[in-house]
This record gives sequence, C-alpha cells and structure tokens, in this order.
Amino acid sequence: MSGLEIPTWDPETAILIGTILMEAVLLYVGYAGLERIVGPRLMKLLVGGSTDAQ
Amino acid sequence: MLSSLTGILDSSPEMLALFVGFGLVVGLLFGFFGMGGSFLVTPALLMLGYPATVAVGSGMAFVFGTAVIATLKHHDLGQVDYKLGAIMIAGTTVGIEVGRASVFYLEELGLADGIISVVYVFLLGGIGLMITRESLASDGGGGIDHDAAAAEDLSEYEIPDIAKKIQQTVRIPPMVTLRGDIRVSVWVITAVAFSTGILSGFLGVGGGFIRMPAMIYAIGVPTPVAVGTDLFEIVFSGGIGSYLYGQSGGVDLGIVVPLLFGSALGARIGSAATAVVDADDIKVYFGGMLLAGSVAVGIGEIGTYLGNETLETLGLVLVIGAAVVVAAAIVFTTLRSLRATRNHVSATAD
Repeated sequence: MSGLEIPTWDPETAILIGTILMEAVLLYVGYAGLERIVGPRLMKLLVGGSTDAQ
Repeated sequence: MLSSLTGILDSSPEMLALFVGFGLVVGLLFGFFGMGGSFLVTPALLMLGYPATVAVGSGMAFVFGTAVIATLKHHDLGQVDYKLGAIMIAGTTVGIEVGRASVFYLEELGLADGIISVVYVFLLGGIGLMITRESLASDGGGGIDHDAAAAEDLSEYEIPDIAKKIQQTVRIPPMVTLRGDIRVSVWVITAVAFSTGILSGFLGVGGGFIRMPAMIYAIGVPTPVAVGTDLFEIVFSGGIGSYLYGQSGGVDLGIVVPLLFGSALGARIGSAATAVVDADDIKVYFGGMLLAGSVAVGIGEIGTYLGNETLETLGLVLVIGAAVVVAAAIVFTTLRSLRATRNHVSATAD
C-alpha cells in the first residue's frame, strides 16, 4: 500500500466514511437539542439557584 | 474491509466506554482551548497496541468527524472563506497522500511505530514547551482560542508584518483576493497547504495547530477566518485522507464512533466553559499536558523497544492521565467560577 494513490470508488469505504459523516451531523443536531432541553436543569443541579452566571 | 464496518460490534463494552470517556476528555480540551484535540488520540492508540496504520487512520477519521461538527458551528458564525478553503484542499490533499504513503512505506520497513512515536515526542514536547513558556512569560498566549477569535471584528484586523512582506515579495500569478481584501499568490496558499498536509497524513492529526498560524502569518488571513476555513478544509482533506486509509483497512469504526460520541459532547462543555473561565489561566496546564504526553510517548516507546510491559502501561496511563487532569481542572474551575458568581449575585440582591 505504499506509494502515492489516487482515490478510486469503493462503495464499502464510502459507507464507512459516510457513517462517520452521518454520526457527526446527528451528534451536532442531537447534542444541540439536548443542551436546550437538559442544559438549564443540569446547570441548576450543578451550580444551584440562578443560572444567569453564563 | 467489512471488519472495519462491523468494528463497533466487535468492540468490548470496556473498550467502548474507554473510547467514549477519552473522546469526552479530548473534546473538552478542543472545545476549551480551540486546538490540540487530536494529537493525543494517535499516540494513545499506538500505546494501546494498534498498528500504526490503524492508529493514524482512525485518528484521522476522528479528526474528520470533529471538523464536520466544528465547521457547522463556524459556518453559522460566517467565519469560513470558501475560496481559500477550496484552494487549500488541493494542496493539503496531495500533502496528506504523501504523508500517508510515507507511513505505509515505513510500515513495510517495520519502522512506522518507532518513527511516528519519535516525531510525536518532538512535536508534543516542542509545542508544549512553547505554550508553557509563553503562558508563564506573558500571562497567556500559545494556541488559538476559537471563541476569542470569534469576538474579533474582521474590518479592524491588522495583517502581520511578515504576511505583508510575503504578499509584496511573492507575486507569482495567479493572484487571488480573499476575505478581508487580502491579495495573495495561489502558490503561497498551496505551499502552506501542502507542507501542513504532509504532517496531517503522517501523524493522523488535523494540523490546525500549525496550519492556523501559517494561514495568519504567511497568508495574512484574519484569525476568525483562519479558524473557520481551516476546519472547513479539514472536512475535505480529512475526509479524503480517511477514505484512503479506510480503503487499506486503517479506519476502525469501533474506535472512531465512540470517540466522536464522547468528543462532540465534550466540545460543547469546553466551548461553554470559555464563557466562564479565562483560557489563559489554564493554558499553562495545557502546555504541561503536552509535555507530559511527550514524555509518555517516549516512555511507551522505550517500553516497546525493551519489551517492558510496565513501561508501556506507564506511558499510556501518563498520556491519558495528563489529559484527564487538565480536563478535570477546566470543569472544576468552571463550576467554582459559576458558584462564586451566583453567590456574588445573591449577596448583591440581598
């Protein structure tokens, strides 16, 4: 496998990289939603009282 | 190849938990300091006994996923110069391929693990030393703070003298105009992209810790645009690099998926923490962590050379332990600051 290579079409590798891309987008959207829903409550639990500090 | 796709199913729950936890720590450091997320992953994988191609390939795939998430954020902030990114993609991709080919060539010679580890020792040690020295000397500095960079106004940006000199000296056509009304030769951009691409392909890192200063000081790009464009560029070059490593069986989803799962959450926590704690206060620990990482990789490599498992384990514990300590310091300092602010607000209200 040494030597310079030009990428060639390989469906399995495309699925592999596509899986990582899909996971990244899902995590970006998912964690943003989770932060909105759970964030304030979690901050209240950890810091206590008002969460206006941020 | 199929084993790469089913890697996540083959991993033991302990390894998955370890990778999620390590990803959380790495993401927290990346979100807080704006750099340095990736250069602990490949050495840790090498010390866990993965072959160099899998350690570098999976490290690069992790960088690709992290860059996708960070680019989405910077796109929302309008900090991506797509023209500059497109030019850099070509140079970086060729550079990554040269770096990747070097890894496979060295692996055929049986030298890959050793040489990559030695390069990491010098790289982590050098950058760690530089950040620690600058932090101690000037109450800050070293690295690039994504959120501080975001706060700067593009119209007020002053081009560094060295970048002005390069723009005036190297005027080989074609010339392009970038955001911030910067006019620069395409060849300067390509040279920066190619040389940092080699480093990325060889070590499985994003290369942002070198590419961002290079974009600022060699091309003259405003810092917020350098950060956003660098990440956009890593999405493509990292994607192609991961694809090439993936074709050779170098990308293991059993490593990348849990790492990314943890790091995406960690990056959110780290990024939010910058609103509460001044990164400069903790940057000296970051420098110390890189130095500890450098020593750890060295100890691990000596352990491998001598066949001493205790030294290998010590190296692994040291590299992960140093990252965990700094991440814990960030969380602890953030919570303490938040509580202090709350108490102050309560006292003022009373």
